[in-house]
Amino acid sequence: MDLRNEILNTLEKDSRISPAELAARLGADETAIVNEVSSLEKEGIICGYLTLINWEKTSEELVTALIEVKVTPQRGNGFDSIAQRIYKYDEVRAVYLMSGGFDFTVIVEGKTMREAALFVSEKLSTMETVLSTATHFVLKKYKDHGIVFGEEKKDERMRIIP
Amino acid sequence: MKDFLSDKIRSLQPSGIRKFFDAVSEMPDAISLGVGEPDFETPWKIREEGIYSLEKGKTFYTSNSGLPELRREISVYMNRKYDLDYEPLKEVIVTVGGSEAIDVALRCLVNPGDEVIIPQPSFVSYGPCTVMAGGEPVYIDLRSENEFRLTAEELEAVITPRSKVLVLSFPNNPTGAIMEKKDLEALVPVIEKHDLVVISDEIYAELTYSGKHVSIASLPGMRDRTVVINGFSKAFAMTGWRLGYACGPENIISQMTKLHQYAIMCAPTLSQYAAVEALRGADADVEKMAEAYNQRRRYLLSEFHDMGLECFEPMGAFYIFPSIKKFGISSEEFAEKLLADQKLAVVPGNAFGDSGEGYLRISYAYSIDALKEAVGRLRKFVEKLSNHRSIAP
Repeated sequence: MDLRNEILNTLEKDSRISPAELAARLGADETAIVNEVSSLEKEGIICGYLTLINWEKTSEELVTALIEVKVTPQRGNGFDSIAQRIYKYDEVRAVYLMSGGFDFTVIVEGKTMREAALFVSEKLSTMETVLSTATHFVLKKYKDHGIVFGEEKKDERMRIIP
Repeated sequence: MKDFLSDKIRSLQPSGIRKFFDAVSEMPDAISLGVGEPDFETPWKIREEGIYSLEKGKTFYTSNSGLPELRREISVYMNRKYDLDYEPLKEVIVTVGGSEAIDVALRCLVNPGDEVIIPQPSFVSYGPCTVMAGGEPVYIDLRSENEFRLTAEELEAVITPRSKVLVLSFPNNPTGAIMEKKDLEALVPVIEKHDLVVISDEIYAELTYSGKHVSIASLPGMRDRTVVINGFSKAFAMTGWRLGYACGPENIISQMTKLHQYAIMCAPTLSQYAAVEALRGADADVEKMAEAYNQRRRYLLSEFHDMGLECFEPMGAFYIFPSIKKFGISSEEFAEKLLADQKLAVVPGNAFGDSGEGYLRISYAYSIDALKEAVGRLRKFVEKLSNHRSIAP
């Protein structure tokens, strides 16, 4: 694996690693790491550094809806301009163009189910190009971004093994 | 009542560091870098196959030498990984871990009084198994100047007319040393000259961090005088499944099968079905784990250099073997004090033979976060020791 991919694979799992530690772990020079990360950022390959939060364990109310959207693609612009009109809304967490039975998966977050549902009925369904929507609410998140929620890792091994 | 015990079992020394192990178990809140098994759970796809085999009712004995399907996969795997060719149904035996294969191989090769050459530091079972097989262990003290590799001169120096078996265990537990192709090639003339048979324990083969592991059996002339031992514990994180295997010439494997049949019947059926999936579909998982170990290895090495702990760069397994000679205390004393002072357990190097004295075996089969915590404690302790020594007369 080249250094770029090693950096990406490692930071994808933990973005808090310092350049010095990353250099040690990858057997590279610290300056080289700093330069490489900065060009990865400039090239838009690293798009952000986030924190994965299990909101269910907080007092914050948050619902996530996954919406299947069918649209009529527009001449000249295809799906991209429609996607843009959808993802500009702050409520929208993610938009994916899909193969198969519908066109977009739109992930929306709201404080309540009502709030999320209103967004669909007032904003999304009323767009000219949107033919239909199907809204599914997330009831429980088990695993997200490769991390299992609520899993307590205990070292089951004996502490000294030859 | 008379004393029923055999002379041989009485002659076996219990591990010299028993006392230290006991001290660790009396300190439940101590953290440890003393574990010789992966921290990863077995990849789910492998576990699934095990569960599925139970659901399908695969709960019976398999043939003594193992499921034919598994032996075929082992043969394919040995070929694609290490350029070795073994006839699956005659030259492969599935065992209860690499450990059983070591024991059975020794008992099949050793006549009373035969000498078994064991380079040390190395895994703890070769000597005792040799004794129980009626042989005499002859130890070679490997040297840190050679990065704990075995040289032809060292081997030649211990040869007697009774020399019979050479045990090689690279990548090595506890040193992390490997033998590259050129190192192995240098041994071949000595092995041939004195007509030795080699037991090559390659259980850590997949955890080689500089290029590809080379098996001594793949060198010209060596295949028919070598028993290669490998298994699923380290590469596939399957220690608890107890599954290993041995490959070698038919005349040896068939005798090993006879002994294995009387002692064990067959390796666990459940584990064998899971292992088929491991060999067929888990390359990516193995690679991911190896990459994680490699990062931890480099991280520890850089931290050790930074705190002034001397060590060569280990290129295999998941151990680092730093020297503590400059502190002027024994490995055991260091480990005991480290445990008492910082609640950090590591294994004294002399647990793996006299030549391990003056070293510690540090395992990096731990998450980076756990390693960071441990490194912090080790650093504090090393600083204390250094300061103490600089003011002492």
